Amino acid sequence: MPNPESALRCKDLIKRYGDTVAVAGLDLEVWRGECLGMLGPNGAGKTTTVEIFEGLRVPDSGLVEVLGELWHGNGLALRARLGIQLQETKFSDKLQVSEVVILFRSFYPSGLDVADVLALVGLEEKAGAHVRTLSGGQKQRLSLACALVGDPEVLFLDEPTTGLDPQARHQTWEIVEGLKARGRTVLLTTHYMEEAARLCDRVAVVDYGKVIALGTPRELIASLGAEHVIEFSVGEQPEAAGLHSLLSALPSVEGVAHDGVHWRLTVREVHRAVPALLAALAERGAEPMHLATHHATLEDVFMNLTGRRLRDG
Amino acid sequence: MAKHTAAYKVRGPLAELTLARIRELTREPEALFWVFVFPILLTAILGLAFRSRPPEALPVAVVEGPLAGPRLAALAKETDLKPDVMSEEEARQALTHGRVVLVVSSSETPGYSYDPTQPESRAARLAVDAALQRAAGRVDAFTAGSAQVTEPGSRYVDFLVPGLLGMNLMGTGMWGIGFSLVVARNGNLLKRLVAAPVRKSHLLGAQLTSRLIFLIPEAGALLLFAHFALGVPFRGSLFLLAAVSLLGALAFSGLGLLVAARPRTIEGVSGLMNLAMVPMWIFSGIFFSTERFPAAIQPFVQALPLTALNDALRGVMLQGTGLVPLLPELAVLAVWGTISFLLALRFFRWQ
Repeated sequence: MPNPESALRCKDLIKRYGDTVAVAGLDLEVWRGECLGMLGPNGAGKTTTVEIFEGLRVPDSGLVEVLGELWHGNGLALRARLGIQLQETKFSDKLQVSEVVILFRSFYPSGLDVADVLALVGLEEKAGAHVRTLSGGQKQRLSLACALVGDPEVLFLDEPTTGLDPQARHQTWEIVEGLKARGRTVLLTTHYMEEAARLCDRVAVVDYGKVIALGTPRELIASLGAEHVIEFSVGEQPEAAGLHSLLSALPSVEGVAHDGVHWRLTVREVHRAVPALLAALAERGAEPMHLATHHATLEDVFMNLTGRRLRDG
Repeated sequence: MAKHTAAYKVRGPLAELTLARIRELTREPEALFWVFVFPILLTAILGLAFRSRPPEALPVAVVEGPLAGPRLAALAKETDLKPDVMSEEEARQALTHGRVVLVVSSSETPGYSYDPTQPESRAARLAVDAALQRAAGRVDAFTAGSAQVTEPGSRYVDFLVPGLLGMNLMGTGMWGIGFSLVVARNGNLLKRLVAAPVRKSHLLGAQLTSRLIFLIPEAGALLLFAHFALGVPFRGSLFLLAAVSLLGALAFSGLGLLVAARPRTIEGVSGLMNLAMVPMWIFSGIFFSTERFPAAIQPFVQALPLTALNDALRGVMLQGTGLVPLLPELAVLAVWGTISFLLALRFFRWQ
């Protein structure tokens, strides 16, 4: 039964490309009015999932519901209620910014005023400029304007800030925060944990085509059982298994991970764990190097779940 | 947020898509050159190179000697001949270098040296012989009347202009549609458009509409230039000429759509474009008549859409042919257009 509160829903979603399984039985539900972020490394199946929701790809199997409806036929009526930003779209170089937005506005039976949308994404000064002359960030905001101009009920943003410089990234974040304040439903994919933490009400951590964790950023970090992370390596490598059990037994330590070179401890209280760690290492004659502590982030959640870093993949 | 209502006018999707395509084309100076200027330039240059010259007098040499004077006088009466007296050595050299086409010897009974494989030499032999025989006393049995005919419409440039128009309709039809679709596919724009609530028939319809709008200035510029600057005649109905051009443009738009149906890259589509167009450049009678090809390949030559278009354009412009005799050519164009359009829709890659 379609849930009136659910904007997007998929169940047991599977999509293969030849021998590669891009989406491997993915379940996800996005509530109306929330911003849900799919966080995961490149190739995790985020874009494929989003494009299935957008009606651009047909899944091999599984249920897909968009605003309580299924994709069939040309889906024009359903498309008119969605706003879509693809990972990369090259608009025609020869057209002016306002002409591109007007073109997209003409596709929608109702929508926003073109001038208002240009103001919303901060491109009103560039309305008469040719697309060719825009910076990467401005092109991305133009793409956002085209997604917004139909006043969509659901907005899809696929890696909206990939390849942008930090300033352009912050500009984009501010625009998305403005949209959230206006109660839009947003499905966003990213491999920047900072972006997910800042923009998303809930985050779905995706790896190998499946959701491996789902919750608010706070809940996900809390699931580590500790709020801090200590990272270090040791000069001459003592026997790893012995060190592992030694470190696990230290006060306040909740988790231990080792990738062959670096050690990562998730700890509740840094001030209790660090002295004990130093003492234990000194006792074994091992010298800690590159010792650092930080607040636990979604990156740590991902590493705890997969043993890999987000950006590596 | 500031309100600027009605600052931007938004038309229907088909109109906006067509307008966007026309803006892209008109803002591309290079495209404008190749579409508008190049065909006119080519017509002008080829028209100049192959212009019809007034008939020239044939240069002949008379070898020095006692009889040279009267012979020169006899030949000088003929308007078709330009005689000159030379030494035997000079005359021999002038003949081998082509400065004269015939040499009259100094002997009592004249002898002619000439190259019988040259039409001008043979013509000179007849004219010289007749003039000398007459001077020696032969009386013509009769004087034939002659009417000179040099008709506009039978010059090379008249043959050329319809061929160049056909070639241009093929080039802009195929490139204009194929190139922009592949660029849009390559840059994810096609995918973005498909994701928007816009009908695919509008996306492709805008390509065709803008193509047909462009046809008017494109064909118009070449034809006006050819007519007013070169005197190329329009013997048939202008309406039929427009209809033939329109059908040709549609047929090649269909082919352009088919060629651009699958490729993701410009390199890919360029190869296919050449594969489709090179045979027509060679075989479709742009620069010379298709009748020069052997009978064995005529069925292939006549089945090419550009051959049909060129034949139909030449029929209307040069012979003033009406609709009915052109139906076979128009049918060839319609079949090519329809089949390629349907195949293109069937195999089109939208992403």
